[in-house]
Amino acid sequence: MRLSLGDKILQRTIYILLTLLSVIMLYPFWNSLVISFNQGSDTALGGVTLWPRVFTMENYYIVFQDHRLLNSFWVTILRTLSGTALSLFFTALLSYGMSKKGLLFRKQYMVFFMITMFFSGGLIPSYMLIRSLGMLDTFWVLIIPGIISVYNMIVIRTFFSALPDGLEESAKIDGCSNYGIFFRIVIPVSGPVLATIALFTAVGHWNDWFTGAIYITKDHLLPIQTLLRQIMNSNIMTEIGSSNAIALDHMNRNRTITTKSLTMATMMIATIPIILTYPFLQKYFVKGVLIGSLKE
Amino acid sequence: MKAAEKPSIWKQFTKQWDLQSMVWPGIIFVFIFSYIPMYGVVMAFQQYDIFNGILKSPWVEFMNFKMFFQAPEFWNVMRNTIVISLLKLVITFPAPILLALMLNEIGNMAFKRFVQTVSYLPYFLSWVIVSGFVFTLLSVDNGTVNYLLERFHLIQEPINFLAVPEYFWSILVSVNVWKEVGFASIVYLAAIAGVDPTMYEAASIDGASRFKQIYLITLPSIAPIIIIFMILAIGNLLSAGFEDILLLGTNPILRENSDVIDTYVYRVGILNARFSYATAVGLFKSVISVLLLITANKIARRADVSLW
Repeated sequence: MRLSLGDKILQRTIYILLTLLSVIMLYPFWNSLVISFNQGSDTALGGVTLWPRVFTMENYYIVFQDHRLLNSFWVTILRTLSGTALSLFFTALLSYGMSKKGLLFRKQYMVFFMITMFFSGGLIPSYMLIRSLGMLDTFWVLIIPGIISVYNMIVIRTFFSALPDGLEESAKIDGCSNYGIFFRIVIPVSGPVLATIALFTAVGHWNDWFTGAIYITKDHLLPIQTLLRQIMNSNIMTEIGSSNAIALDHMNRNRTITTKSLTMATMMIATIPIILTYPFLQKYFVKGVLIGSLKE
Repeated sequence: MKAAEKPSIWKQFTKQWDLQSMVWPGIIFVFIFSYIPMYGVVMAFQQYDIFNGILKSPWVEFMNFKMFFQAPEFWNVMRNTIVISLLKLVITFPAPILLALMLNEIGNMAFKRFVQTVSYLPYFLSWVIVSGFVFTLLSVDNGTVNYLLERFHLIQEPINFLAVPEYFWSILVSVNVWKEVGFASIVYLAAIAGVDPTMYEAASIDGASRFKQIYLITLPSIAPIIIIFMILAIGNLLSAGFEDILLLGTNPILRENSDVIDTYVYRVGILNARFSYATAVGLFKSVISVLLLITANKIARRADVSLW
């Protein structure tokens, strides 16, 4: 089919605009990556944009001397793994129960859950609750409050409801209990939807900084994103220097490190796991969005 | 016990104890972490103090609300909340629709996939990282934006963008578009893919240009989903943003343009420990939001689209 002149112009314009968009999408990330590999004192002269001028690994070297950072990494990894596993388990279990038409009070339960999607107590009452539960400054505050996601429950429940009845009937005849059916039949066939929800939850955990910011004051429990935010608002050089002799010695001898270059390196370290898993994320997230937007 | 009065229900209930035991952990979690805080909003009508707790703190009726309405920050906070929300509604909301329409015109699959991959990426980064990018790009000493502006002699002195209140709204909205546009376009792309292709064929036989086809076929076809997202956006009109504003607006100088209801609640509630007052402000916001959502849904029902 031949395109008319107008259509051709439209298409060219779109190609140009989207190319421009791609550059804008990538540049901030690329620029920060470049700065993290560029000598700090040189970056301060300005004009470091697309390529490092004085390539160095020393920013990363110093950052890895910081025990706070490594510790925060651990906190984030632990919360992401345990938080995702617990949340997925309880949410899927709940979804399965809620998908059963014979469940007594099913309608009432559903209303009970739906209300929380439209109205919440807000920040302060939640804070008071966490405080009175004695969860301030504990690891649990990072995973327990968010264990059940009503939205995810609805998505998983929709999927479970769509499973063919015959699948469970035969198991029931064989004398399988509801738990048996859930673990041995329903879970194995629900791989894609559970993987999608798991990834949503995991990325949420990895990126969450606010929970750490309001509920945690102890350094050794801070998730990486919360620590990163503190670092951006403080002087990371003196902080690392005051706690680590090797790093201090290196910084004193070279005088090329700047607060900014260290911050960039820290930022990149916190981003790398996302980038490495991005191909999976992209595949499953696109699926997830489409599952979620299907109206029941 | 009730069991004695209604033996049949109780019997049914105990008979399906295994199903019920799957649901009850969830009910208990949601009760604790969602319903107890909902009950906690009664603090808004008290002069809460930590030693007496919710049960014994004195009641003050609407005093906290009145205090908020009369506070010197009130009009400023409301203005910022509404202006930022409207800016997001007018710019951040349609941007992914536009992107989806453009992506749909791309015949080269490799290019299309590349643009999608690249534009979804920012969605997966935390706001902390994104704010770090913004600080880097806009920084006074070596940020790319100042570097380029100086290079092309558009400015003499580098500008400290994140310390000038007048720039804050534009920066905030641009960064939001940058972070969300790609990912938000997925739903619209899927909706566009569902449009019956014979409609386009018929239109092009009639000599309609691509632009006309987009306007007359694609847009009306995806209108229902646009309306649904519009309802949700209107329900969120008083949620102008939180993490983004908190992280980008760290400089207190920006407050005249950056302070919105949510950041205000955080500041007076958590940082200044005025619990009752902040709860009242939060409750004021929640109630209006629910009302807005219901109203928007009612209006949308006239177009046969509804959330529930």
